[in-house]
Amino acid sequence: MATDSIKIRAQLKDGVTTVKALMTHPMETGARKDKDGSLIPAHFIQEVSCEAGGRKLLTAHWSGGVSKNPYLSFKFGGASVGDLVKLSWMDNKGESASAEAEIN
Amino acid sequence: MINNKRRLLLQGSLTAGALGVAIGAGLLTPHSVLAAWPEKAFKAKAMPEMLMELMGVDGVEESGDIQIKAPDIAENGAVVPVTITTNIAGAESIAVIAVNNPAPLIASYDLGEGTEGFVSTRIKMGKSGDVVAVVKSGGKLYSARKEVKVTIGGCGG
Repeated sequence: MATDSIKIRAQLKDGVTTVKALMTHPMETGARKDKDGSLIPAHFIQEVSCEAGGRKLLTAHWSGGVSKNPYLSFKFGGASVGDLVKLSWMDNKGESASAEAEIN
Repeated sequence: MINNKRRLLLQGSLTAGALGVAIGAGLLTPHSVLAAWPEKAFKAKAMPEMLMELMGVDGVEESGDIQIKAPDIAENGAVVPVTITTNIAGAESIAVIAVNNPAPLIASYDLGEGTEGFVSTRIKMGKSGDVVAVVKSGGKLYSARKEVKVTIGGCGG
């Protein structure tokens, strides 16, 4: 998937950086059926990891219970304006994508 | 009549769900990818089993230091915004569970050093029920719950 499948923003305020990210992904649970009654195979993001300057900020493990086109927000301290926050995900089919945002 | 169909559909989704996860997680995926993905926890239906698999502890203590922000009534179960905030010192990880979902464990977040006890995600809810947040700190588990009424189920995505 293309890198523009992730929208990410990181904003520093009072020493705390808030990261907000939107990923484009179908997040199929594997339990849904199409119109013909056949199962739609599971296809969902399993792992999302976020880091800044080599420091692990957050690792998320997801099931198909996370909504389609997932939203994720979290907060961390100890960063400065201009630092890069990197987010990457990998799904159950081994597809992956990543994106970076500069803290502002 | 309609109800009968609904029952059938729900039962269908349950079995299909387990199968789907099995295929999705076990067979189609390169094993290295899955090294850290807690498959057993995501398959578990009961909380103690799930938490043992996920966090290595099954005893949970109710805590007033965890806040769950979620709607009282969700009109669309496919997109239920849930925000968990905790003041518990040294929170290492946060799990989000929808107890009445076919696969109750939805997300688990490991917090890095300096990351605050705060995560926000949108989740699917098949029907009304409690959203449970479990926070691990110092080898102990703390939890809070909030009931969300779902008017249209979210398993249909």
